[in-house]
Amino acid sequence: MSSAEYYVPKQSHWPILASIALFLMALGAGNLINDLSAEVSGGIGVWLLLVGAVLMMAILFAWFRNVINESMSGLYNEQMDRSYRWGMSWFIFSEVMFFAAFFGALFYIRTLAVPWLGGEGDRGISNMLWEGFQAQWPLMTTPDMETFPGPQQIVDPWHLPLINTILLVSSSFTVTVAHKALKVDQRSRIVLWLAITVLLGAGFLVFQAYEYVEAYHDLGLTLNAGVYGATFFILTGFHGLHVTLGSVMLIIIWLRVLRGHFDAEHHFGFEAVTWYWHFVDVVWVGLFLFVYII
Amino acid sequence: MDTTLSQTAGIADHGHGPAKGLGRWLFTTNHKDIGSLYLWFSLLMFLTGGCMALMIRAELFQPGLQLIQPEFFNQMTTMHGLIMVFGAVMPAFVGLANWMIPIMVGAPDMALPRMNNWSFWILPFAFTLMISTLFMEGGGPDFGWTFYAPLSTTYAPPSVTFFIFAVHMMGFSSIMGAINIIATILNLRAPGMTMMKLPLFVWTWLITAFLLIAVMPVLAGVVTMMLMDIHFGTSFFNAAGGGDPVLFQHVFWFFGHPEVYIMILPAFGIISEIIPTFARKRLFGYASMVYATSSIALLSFLVWAHHMFAVGMPLAGELFFMYATMLIAVPTGVKVFNWVATMFHGSMTFETPMLFALAFVVLFTIGGFSGLMLAIAPADFQYHDTYFVVAHFHYVLVPGAIFSIMAGVYYWLPKWTGHMLNERLGKAHFWLSFIGVNITFFPMHFVGLAGMPRRIPDYALQFADFNAVASVGAFIFGFSQLVFVYNIISCIRGGERATDQVWEGSHGLEWTLPSPAPYHTFSKPPLIK
Repeated sequence: MSSAEYYVPKQSHWPILASIALFLMALGAGNLINDLSAEVSGGIGVWLLLVGAVLMMAILFAWFRNVINESMSGLYNEQMDRSYRWGMSWFIFSEVMFFAAFFGALFYIRTLAVPWLGGEGDRGISNMLWEGFQAQWPLMTTPDMETFPGPQQIVDPWHLPLINTILLVSSSFTVTVAHKALKVDQRSRIVLWLAITVLLGAGFLVFQAYEYVEAYHDLGLTLNAGVYGATFFILTGFHGLHVTLGSVMLIIIWLRVLRGHFDAEHHFGFEAVTWYWHFVDVVWVGLFLFVYII
Repeated sequence: MDTTLSQTAGIADHGHGPAKGLGRWLFTTNHKDIGSLYLWFSLLMFLTGGCMALMIRAELFQPGLQLIQPEFFNQMTTMHGLIMVFGAVMPAFVGLANWMIPIMVGAPDMALPRMNNWSFWILPFAFTLMISTLFMEGGGPDFGWTFYAPLSTTYAPPSVTFFIFAVHMMGFSSIMGAINIIATILNLRAPGMTMMKLPLFVWTWLITAFLLIAVMPVLAGVVTMMLMDIHFGTSFFNAAGGGDPVLFQHVFWFFGHPEVYIMILPAFGIISEIIPTFARKRLFGYASMVYATSSIALLSFLVWAHHMFAVGMPLAGELFFMYATMLIAVPTGVKVFNWVATMFHGSMTFETPMLFALAFVVLFTIGGFSGLMLAIAPADFQYHDTYFVVAHFHYVLVPGAIFSIMAGVYYWLPKWTGHMLNERLGKAHFWLSFIGVNITFFPMHFVGLAGMPRRIPDYALQFADFNAVASVGAFIFGFSQLVFVYNIISCIRGGERATDQVWEGSHGLEWTLPSPAPYHTFSKPPLIK
């Protein structure tokens, strides 16, 4: 089935097109955001962003289809498979480091910056700037309550976040069940358990969206609510984006399973998605601990 | 490195040679094409960033404001730094990696050739976006290449938004490039090419790629927090909301310090290839070079706050980061010792690549020593934000990173083009650069120690003489690069035919290939004994 030589693809149009799409997205997003901040409307930013994003999605679709077709026609040998494995592993490592930056920021703010701002240690000079500021975490009262009105309440970890933890952790198990089924080639079980995984992921996203609405409307917990809100939303927000991406990837492999792709031995596309899904799950456990509970 | 080949270089046609016209370069998946693209792009950015440096030096030729406004001066220092770091040095090393790593390890190409093309082609667009900010309302980024908050948030021009997205694009490019390099080295080595037989250039790039994947996402994180602070009301870097501007510096330098090793480790690799060739001896202490490089990389994650001694850290922090930083001198010392020991009792000749390599060893060491001075926290209170810092990092980056790139280009150019280069012009380029660099940057140590702050368009009278000297040196160095460009182009167009081995003392897989190297090499991996 697989060829002896390492497959070196011929020329490809996709990368340069993808670069153009990325450029349009960056240019569009920059214009759009600047217009929003300057309260100017009717700019071209939103259109550039849209065109870029649609183009990007079309390119990614075509590029991946290209790769899948090559794989299905047996052009890839085992060495190629290992290249993809290394590639995906290091990509996930880069994602880990992306979240590490925000976790690091959270820990620095909580354990050092806020106490110093409250006058702890020999950094009391900060206390002269914001006299009477009391260090606390969660930071309900910010130094400047007019510019950054602190939240009235924070999210209770033992309601929605707990449910979401159960959803996401169990989805890690269901995706493993699907993977096990793939290894013994039981197609109907793969389809079922993948579908359950997708539903669990979607459920997570719905609850997360609901939690955001509640935070904004009832709790006063917003992006503008001082550094607690900032760290809360950047960590949970980027995690939510990754769950969204992971769910899209799950749907794609689900459709591929329906089309009869993958077999018991050759299914790295499937495995890569499960790796990614486990990664998203692990990040959530960290979030649940350090953002919600502690 | 002793790599004996049992079968001579596998040269096979993949069924497709280079395509015709512009399409070859736009759609290519060939590591040699992509390597060339990276190198040409890097040269273009080097000259662009160089023009900005000359504008800075022209303004600083005399005290007082003569040529440009302070606002524009700040944009020039910022852009010069960003372009040289992300546009010149990093892409040049990636270009060399693309060209050389597959043929050094006996691979048919990079592991993921299409993604390789994407890694490159993002860059011209990213830099178009970044340089275009200079023409936007309010001007381009003017907060220094380190873009400290709140200068880059509260007080930034609106164009900072585009700067942020440009940095994101460069990050994608670097991460994908690094993943490709790691996958190639770990997975595409020819049978028998064990890790401890890898050429040192490959080893240093393996470690560099690891650093890139570890810290480019952190850079993405910090610019994202900036974007949120500027446009979406967060207060990561604003004490009024409980945040901290110093947080910016911590996150930035957690990226930034490994970043400076990203710009020097491949240089170590190149120098470790060149010196054995022209000393006609095996590299002294191969294994210790590998371990030293690894320890430098690991230590680079533990020293970031030595850029922030003056910011007001607790004493324990100052001491930790001071000692951790000084520790780096140990593995670096091992490397310098090994280079010198390689030359000891060697039959040395002094062709152009060797001259640049020798200058690297001496001048990089000077830059390393001034780094050691800066690492001493109490002394740094005096040096911080002065021209001494400018002198230090230009010594490690110009006669360090840039000289190593030039050495590498001269060393491998015959393999790429099939022609020997013009030695006379190469030597002229070397001596002009060597003299120019030292005239430019050596006086900066003196004005820095005397207290001249960095990043100012005007200065007190007592610094006038040394500044005038530095400016003259900068113009000598800048214009002598035209010799480099001319020499490259004439070497591509013609010249004495290069043999396969090119240099008398060269060893390794790349020298078993014909010169110029065929479009596709090692489609069937060679067997290394």
